[in-house]
Amino acid sequence: MNTTIPLSAQLINLCAAVILLLAFAMLAQRRVMPLINLFGFQGLVLAGSTLVVAVTTHQAHLYWSAGLTLLLKAMLLPWILHRLVRSLYVKWDVESLVNVPTTMLIGIALVIVAFNVAQPISLLSHTISRGTLGIALATVMLAFLMMITRTKAIPQVVGFLAMENGLFLAATSATYGMPMVVELGIALDVLVGVIILGVFFFQIRDQFDSLDISHMEHLKDD
Amino acid sequence: MFVILLAIPLVSGALLTVAGERTWAPHLNIIASVGTFLASALLTMEIVTRGPRFAFGEQFFIDSMNVFFVALTAFVGMTTSIFSGPYMRNEQAHGRLSIPRLRLYKSMYQLFMFTMLVALTTNNMGILWVAMEAATLTTVLLVSLYRTPASLEAAWKYFILCGVGIAQALFGTILLYFAAERVLGEAGNALLWTHLVDVRGQLEPAIMALAFIFLLVGYGTKVGLAPLHNWLPDAHAEGPTPVSAVLSGLLLNVALYAILRCKVLADGAIPGEFAGNLMMGFGLLTLLLAAFFLGRQKDIKRMFAYSSIEHMGLITFAFGMGGAVANFAGFLHMTMHSLTKSAIFFAVGHATQKAGTQMMADIRGLIRINPVIGWGLMLGTLAILGMPPFGVFASEFMILTHAMKYYPWTTPILLLALGVAFASIFGKVQPMVFGETHAKRLPHAPAITPVFVHLAIVLMLGLYIPPYLTRWFHEAARMLG
Amino acid sequence: MTGLLGQLFAILLALALAPLLTGWVNQCRAWLQSRSAPPLFQPYYMLHKLFRKDVVLAHNASPLFRTAPFVVFGCMLLACAIIPSLSTDLPFAPAADTLALVGVFGLARIFISLAAMDVGTSFGSLGGRREMLVGFLAEPALLMVIFTTAMISQSTSVATIVETLAHRDIVIYPSLAFAGIAFTFVSLAENARVPVDNPATHLELTMIHEAMILEYSGRHLALIEWAASLKLYAYSCLGLALFFPWGIAERDNVLAMVAAVPLLLVKLGIGGFLLATIETVNAKMRIFRAPEFLGTAFLLAVLGLLVRLLLEIRA
Repeated sequence: MNTTIPLSAQLINLCAAVILLLAFAMLAQRRVMPLINLFGFQGLVLAGSTLVVAVTTHQAHLYWSAGLTLLLKAMLLPWILHRLVRSLYVKWDVESLVNVPTTMLIGIALVIVAFNVAQPISLLSHTISRGTLGIALATVMLAFLMMITRTKAIPQVVGFLAMENGLFLAATSATYGMPMVVELGIALDVLVGVIILGVFFFQIRDQFDSLDISHMEHLKDD
Repeated sequence: MFVILLAIPLVSGALLTVAGERTWAPHLNIIASVGTFLASALLTMEIVTRGPRFAFGEQFFIDSMNVFFVALTAFVGMTTSIFSGPYMRNEQAHGRLSIPRLRLYKSMYQLFMFTMLVALTTNNMGILWVAMEAATLTTVLLVSLYRTPASLEAAWKYFILCGVGIAQALFGTILLYFAAERVLGEAGNALLWTHLVDVRGQLEPAIMALAFIFLLVGYGTKVGLAPLHNWLPDAHAEGPTPVSAVLSGLLLNVALYAILRCKVLADGAIPGEFAGNLMMGFGLLTLLLAAFFLGRQKDIKRMFAYSSIEHMGLITFAFGMGGAVANFAGFLHMTMHSLTKSAIFFAVGHATQKAGTQMMADIRGLIRINPVIGWGLMLGTLAILGMPPFGVFASEFMILTHAMKYYPWTTPILLLALGVAFASIFGKVQPMVFGETHAKRLPHAPAITPVFVHLAIVLMLGLYIPPYLTRWFHEAARMLG
Repeated sequence: MTGLLGQLFAILLALALAPLLTGWVNQCRAWLQSRSAPPLFQPYYMLHKLFRKDVVLAHNASPLFRTAPFVVFGCMLLACAIIPSLSTDLPFAPAADTLALVGVFGLARIFISLAAMDVGTSFGSLGGRREMLVGFLAEPALLMVIFTTAMISQSTSVATIVETLAHRDIVIYPSLAFAGIAFTFVSLAENARVPVDNPATHLELTMIHEAMILEYSGRHLALIEWAASLKLYAYSCLGLALFFPWGIAERDNVLAMVAAVPLLLVKLGIGGFLLATIETVNAKMRIFRAPEFLGTAFLLAVLGLLVRLLLEIRA
């Protein structure tokens, strides 16, 4: 029954499961700093799983992807976010529109949906890590949930980046990674996006004296 | 010619970033845009005479479908840059923009043009995604140019919503690659559209269906398809008017173009009318929603933003129906809408500058203060509402008759939406143009020419479509299948 | 015949070892907190002392109050008999699978809560209600954990699950890891351990288990305390059987069963130490956070189940 799963696939599955767990942990996290740390850790595990795929399949460009992920998602982005949080003096709690247990239940429902959607597709895949496609989709959806339930700017951005993590997992798990050009482009976009957002945070704070998005509810249709 | 086309906006964008405060900078912006347009015109000639071509290996691909968009983009980009010269100087004179902001505006404007041209011409579905994301990032900065709370809010909403949307599109792209890789192997060409088209019949339908849903929802967010259209009115209303013009006139088109490219692949892979039905559904929903929101607007730019959503819904619906006539009508309507809507935004820009507000209740009597702007707004409004003899009438008429013939149940919905939109917009524009007013003159004379150039083309296309343009549209419509 | 003997041996061992385990955990806790530790056999002294004392009953106590300790004790003993601690060759095993096991724990909980409310003191009913709150959240989580393991072995019988898991290849099951963490959470809550309850406190704002048994004395209290030890023992053995099943004897193997005893002692010793560590490094949470804690356990268990469905089953 299970004896056919090779060790590398088990490792990738483990990484994917941990990434999913971290996505839930981020959903449940109430403070900004640990949230960023969780995000960094997710990047680290992501780099790890990419590395495992790279080692097993001997795809040179996946090594680059793994290195890029490690540098960008596990180190650079958390560092930038940490600096932002420090220089903006936002250490307060992350506020959520929906209370945490409810969010978790919605999260479970999303995971079930994602798994159901991905199930037929992962059966078609021939890669060793195909099972993780559902997890990747679930991670994307959980990050999406985090973005819509949080009222502060930084958690929303972390949610956005976590969504990117999920997408990356999908790319490596279902297809052994996209062509290198595309991956570089995506990485560049993410980096530029975060830098632009960094500039943005300062402007938002200057204008609203807060990073609470709920101040920004004036544009309505009436 | 193609290299020059891409190089002009990129180089001038970089140059303007460094030296955007010099006195010649606004002229450079215009010159670069004119150059881009000339390059696109020459490229169009080349494609029309010699057929499709590749560039940079197979990474870029220009055929009659996207060269049409390239020409349109470059043209509206050019007229908008001409319009924005005096407009931005007026804004500066009113103290709403500082010189560094103007520099940011010009460099981002050129980079935005660059990303859109890349998105239009790339053959790689991955690069298409990257370019769309880059276009979002540049326009986020453009929308927040005034740095007012409202503009920051709009830009934030824009970034988050489009970020979510574009992430869906990336997932769709990954699924697409996943489906393609099974057929084309792991080589780098599995995301090249030309290769994908060749093997589209062999792509796994289950994966392609899911991929198309994600791509449609993802790029559809940028098109402004309901229910993810919320960013669009805010971004249009709070950004500078030239940005509203290019957002409405160009960005929405480019996003729709991305969907069309995906639709070709999905149609080949999935039996039945799956992709078309999905697009028709989204199109109708968007059309109806936007039409009913139109009447509730108080801000003039918001109202015309909703009008853009409405037209995008209609175009999506037309492409969803598919077939030569509907596709032809779709392309025609895209052209008409781009030209008309940007002309309207030009007129609206000057009108709001004169009135000092965007609230429609406070804008009155444009025909007295500046008959040219007043008539421009009036004619533009009539054109966008589909009054004959303007070109929008022709395309809307074609879409309607086609829908009546093949999908008769949609006719009442379409007519209702168009009727509601007509009543809402016309009822609000009429007093703005013909009411009483006491406004004063602007420090810099507005650039009126673009408004009337656009409207003249729309009028001309309403009365007579040149045969080469017809051939071109037919060619593009045929490529769409 | 060997089966019956083995069963008897397992029950006797449970009765004997359970207070020792409690004592060991208490001792480890004291060490870790730099206190001077109570003797290892302190629980036995306690039981001995309590059994000799007279029972003091409230004058309005009903027969339910008097029978509850026996029912609870019986339930726990039955649970210990079903859970394969030494051998999977249990004559009682067909009588109850894992689901019934959860039911047995539930029965005990209902009785002790009813008894707590019986006398009508405020503490009793407060404790009873809190216990039901914890139980109502812990049970689904425990069931989910069991479903995960049951899916791996395709059976809900404890003995079969243990046999399958003990014989598998060394395969990383992320689902089992999730289930294991969830099971730990549930065990902490069910056994009134630190993040949820504190067995060593009588502070009225926080206590759950202790609040329920305040009215008991003499042999009734002794039975309840013994039952609590047995519950800890049962949960430990269940956890060991599900997640570390190596060394548990197979059918018709007396020698292996004897050999399993020292191994079980070692495993319980380590488990008890870990429990004491968890209790030392964590602070007790507010009672209203307990639902969240158990919600997390439920979430983990569900995740384990889902991960099992998606990742580990190959069509």
